[in-house]
Amino acid sequence: MHSLYAIYRKEMGNYFVSPVAYVFIGLFLFLSGFFFNIILTDVTNGAMMAEMRGMSSGIDVPGIVMRNFFGVLSTLVLFLTPILTMGIYAEERKRGTMELLMTSPVTEIEIVLGKFLASLSLFAIMLLPTASYLTFMVLHSDPRLPWRLMFAGYAGILLLGGSLLALGSFLSSLTENQLIAAVMTFAASLFIWVLDLGRGGNAALGSVLQYLSVIHHYEDFTRGVIDTSSLIYYGSFIVLFVFLTVRSVDSMRWRRA
Amino acid sequence: MIEVQDLTKSYGTVTAVDHVSFTVNKGEILGFLGPNGAGKTTTMRILTSYMPATSGTARVAGFDVFSNSMDVRRHIGYLPETPPVYPDMSVESYLDFVARIKNVPAERRADRVSDALRKTSLEDKRSELIKRLSRGYKQRVGLAQALVHDPDVIILDEPTVGLDPKQIIEVRNLIKGLAGNHTIILSTHILPEVSMTCDRVVIINKGKVAAVDTPQNLTSQLKGGQKIRIELEAPERGLRELLGQIPGTSRLTIESPRADGHLSATVEAAQGNDIRSQIAARVVEKGWPLYELHGVSLSLEEIFLELTTDDAAHAQPSS
Repeated sequence: MHSLYAIYRKEMGNYFVSPVAYVFIGLFLFLSGFFFNIILTDVTNGAMMAEMRGMSSGIDVPGIVMRNFFGVLSTLVLFLTPILTMGIYAEERKRGTMELLMTSPVTEIEIVLGKFLASLSLFAIMLLPTASYLTFMVLHSDPRLPWRLMFAGYAGILLLGGSLLALGSFLSSLTENQLIAAVMTFAASLFIWVLDLGRGGNAALGSVLQYLSVIHHYEDFTRGVIDTSSLIYYGSFIVLFVFLTVRSVDSMRWRRA
Repeated sequence: MIEVQDLTKSYGTVTAVDHVSFTVNKGEILGFLGPNGAGKTTTMRILTSYMPATSGTARVAGFDVFSNSMDVRRHIGYLPETPPVYPDMSVESYLDFVARIKNVPAERRADRVSDALRKTSLEDKRSELIKRLSRGYKQRVGLAQALVHDPDVIILDEPTVGLDPKQIIEVRNLIKGLAGNHTIILSTHILPEVSMTCDRVVIINKGKVAAVDTPQNLTSQLKGGQKIRIELEAPERGLRELLGQIPGTSRLTIESPRADGHLSATVEAAQGNDIRSQIAARVVEKGWPLYELHGVSLSLEEIFLELTTDDAAHAQPSS
């Protein structure tokens, strides 16, 4: 456990000592803030227009804003996680520091979990400021929007992000080239994103593909629904890729390099 | 401290290390000498349990590198060919990180880091980012990293590569200073390094051990006996005749006369037959001015070439 913490600490240190974390968080907050503003203005305007036309609507402005905002967050995550994970192993291999880790009394699981938890922490830190937008909105909503919606949304985005980070880490462990790692991660993420589009007319295949699509489960969370099957889906997704990464790191010992 | 038995490592059809056996005693410095690609790094990677051997066994500090890998890793410090450093970390935080993953207890960590910094004279660079350091300093950080947990066994892969002459001397002295408390294996393809720092040498070529001995023994156990170098003023033919009369001489080489008219010659003689006095007596008898007369021992360089090229010659027809 000490070694896992040491790895975690080193990873976090490297994120925040180098410009990586700042650029990353800055970029993310700029984009998410920009989109939040657009969504909020659009939905409020729409509601006002409807009201002016006399259709004293049942438009749930904060609810729609929140749902759309989480939708935008998921898209940003799709683009940003490959950049976050691309160097996670590729860089260590290239610098030769993997040899240090692997000749130290540290198990592969400790290396992989330490790195995974560090990337997940950076991801959570990056999301944290966006909660202030939603908190303000919830506080000023009337009737009060249930907090549950916000928490479910964040739980969803953390699980979705965690899954993509686990996938990205695994792909990064396969190559010494960061660019290849990033492109492969992006392609693979996009593929599991749009998997349910390929169902065609086949209903049985359709429901399987829909279950496998990483974004389908996320939509439940943005509606405030925490479904056990979605928890199991993300949980097994993360465990699978963490496990594959452990195997891949272990296999470096058998490769000629 | 280190016992290697019939160690073999194949990558597909290529055999990088071929039935290598040797032992290293506690407190000894063993030099691992061989041309590039001889299998030095592969052997070291097996000893550090970075990679498993195809066959054979290796024990470090009493633990098998494969089945007790974690214990082995706790007892070794390893400097790979390129220092395994994180450019964005400061020297001190890097060493602290290494101490953590090497299981140095929290209360001893600060002391161990300072000690490693002191031994490698990095104290004034402790808060410098590693990426701002020169090649020589990075190499020292790599060395400090291998020492920080005070391991029983230190394995250094070409520790002086890329350093300037002054730094090389510093690193060699540092390594010598570590012997006694630590058992050290260092690899190199630079011969003087071995004769200067090591107690024993393993010469490895094409994955096979070509010789194991002390640098002194390797140097004195030269094939053609002793070699004598003479510098004098004499006619070339006269010198040839004179040396030919002395029994047991062979392989006379005379360098072309120098500008000042002196002749330089080397002659080899069978072992155990010191002919220097005979040469001196005869030269003086002739009345030729003699400037220099001394025995040359075959340098490690020549032994090395002899051992490795012999091997290469044998290997050629079969492949």
